[in-house]
Amino acid sequence: MTERTPGFATLAVHAGAQPDPTTGARVTPIYQTTSFVFNDADHAASLFGLQAFGNIYTRITNPTTAVLEERVAALEGGTAALATASGHAAQLVLFQQLLKPGDEFIAARKLYGGSINQFKHAFQSFGWNVVWADPDDVASFKAAVTPKTKAIFIESIANPSGSVTDIEAIAEVARDAGVPLIVDNTLATPYLIRPIDHGADIVVHSLTKFLGGHGNSLGGIIVDAGTFDWSKDGKYPMLSEPRPEYHGIKIQETFGNFAFAIACRVLGLRDLGPALSPFNAFMILTGIETLPLRMQKHCENAKAIAEFLATHPAVEEVNYAGLPASPYNKFARKYAPKGAGAVFTFSLKGGYQAGVDLVSNLKLFSHLANVGDTRSLVIHPASTTHSQLDDAQKTSAGAAPNVVRLSIGIEDKEDLIADLEQALGG
Amino acid sequence: MNHDSYPDDYIRAILNSVKTIAMVGASPQNVRPSYFAFKYLAERGYDMIPVNPGQLGKALLGKQFVASLAEIGRPIDMVDIFRSSEHVMPLVEQALAVVPLPKVIWMQLGARNDEAAARAEAVGVKVVMNRCPKIEYGRLSSEISWMGVNSRTISSKRGPVPTQGMRLSLNRASVAGGDTLASDRAAKTRNETG
Ligand SMILES: Cc1ncc(COP(=O)(O)O)c(C=O)c1O
Repeated sequence: MTERTPGFATLAVHAGAQPDPTTGARVTPIYQTTSFVFNDADHAASLFGLQAFGNIYTRITNPTTAVLEERVAALEGGTAALATASGHAAQLVLFQQLLKPGDEFIAARKLYGGSINQFKHAFQSFGWNVVWADPDDVASFKAAVTPKTKAIFIESIANPSGSVTDIEAIAEVARDAGVPLIVDNTLATPYLIRPIDHGADIVVHSLTKFLGGHGNSLGGIIVDAGTFDWSKDGKYPMLSEPRPEYHGIKIQETFGNFAFAIACRVLGLRDLGPALSPFNAFMILTGIETLPLRMQKHCENAKAIAEFLATHPAVEEVNYAGLPASPYNKFARKYAPKGAGAVFTFSLKGGYQAGVDLVSNLKLFSHLANVGDTRSLVIHPASTTHSQLDDAQKTSAGAAPNVVRLSIGIEDKEDLIADLEQALGG
Repeated sequence: MNHDSYPDDYIRAILNSVKTIAMVGASPQNVRPSYFAFKYLAERGYDMIPVNPGQLGKALLGKQFVASLAEIGRPIDMVDIFRSSEHVMPLVEQALAVVPLPKVIWMQLGARNDEAAARAEAVGVKVVMNRCPKIEYGRLSSEISWMGVNSRTISSKRGPVPTQGMRLSLNRASVAGGDTLASDRAAKTRNETG
């Protein structure tokens, strides 16, 4: 029998999962346990010393969570993955493997507002210094590279603006600088974009959004592409140097092309502690089984609504990369031919107050701070998620005062359009 | 053989058929990758022989070290080379001088020498480069999935009960492609640039 590569939808249902060895349970059980018995003292020592594969304690590994990790790694085309309690926790864990106090990383200016805060404030307090660059101007990334640069961070489809990033061009800057490219693929999901195919070395997600997909569970994940050589110039000692906490093991030498995921687990998650609960892993796994179907519907609805808004007299501009008039349409067609996602913004002629009014007039859209739910969601970033940024930062992050963000759900699009129509006073 | 990417069937057939494995460069230090792999493979039932001239007179998990492949004195199925690329050629020459010939020469993660591989293959010896047999065994048995690693296999059958560690299972369907091409690119570039 020749080997064949299962398609995306098959992997979304099967990757990582197998009927339970003891009970035959077909669906992955929720291993709601903190800890796991050892066979004997030698087995325990082997596990603690990273000599054997197996479970010790749910802060480090858990069989339910492991199915989720393998599934997302398979969908992204990576070698391994590590799940965390939230998307933010994933970012914390991954940067801890890369940065020492005084180091720098370059991040796109157009990011989820929470990530801008995390990088600018929390990370700064660790001495991890973010340097901002403009994702619409690749040269600004090149110009930001210094000898202290350890990584480049971008979003594939940016939140909230919905703009599509030229991943390959920025991957080339990262390659030339000898640093890994990290792509937050939350808004695209691997169904729309697989950043590893375009040169990413690490992919990170908030599983809270489209992957889980039902607005019921927080989670995050780090996917190791297996593409980066961490040992070539001593810039990444967590991976290349003997680790004192493991009696001198060198992580890349021992674990090869999934070393980054292992470092995140045994140095990051073990010591920082933001583990995903097995129950949340189960909920997210169930969500991922229908990811292809949901994303098709999300994208179809989003396009219809973007087209409706583009012709509405109260609307100044619609920023949806799936519209031919969008400056990001060429990147959408290149990187996300199946659809430009379902999160986008539009601006209102009536300014800040029109944004506030629209949100309060909507009856079907829910006003809340999340994206990637089955339900359609709306938020006015300037008065909420991005309220801590000054006006210039708001605008550069795609969240100007008259901008409203939508996350389009999988309801009937006619109902969504009718709700927008009445709320805009059309 | 295309050494950029091995079909799972190729690796699986090797791990299913070899019994005696001489590990060149085995270390008695319990934080070295060679120690991990030696122990793991011994626990899975392989007859392991540690080869390291610097450790003569000592034993690794109860097995006496031997100085070289020539001194083993009984047939070996596979030579597992735990040395970096620049040390590979003379070791392959030694392996090809052993009578009877070993069936497989395996080079560890990061080690690759295409010329040495071609010589071995010319006399019918199978070659694997830049892979770890522990990782491949763990992947093909799906045991490595516990660490969130992409095993690149799927199965709708009930798994074996893993009491003393998983045993290699023949009935998992492989997802095509042995390893990511990209990982080899990284190792190859490193070898080329010294
Ligand atoms: C693009 C993006 N990245 C990261 C995050 C943070 O994820 P979490 O809320 O799961 O911590 C979010 C959350 O909104 C997001 O939209």
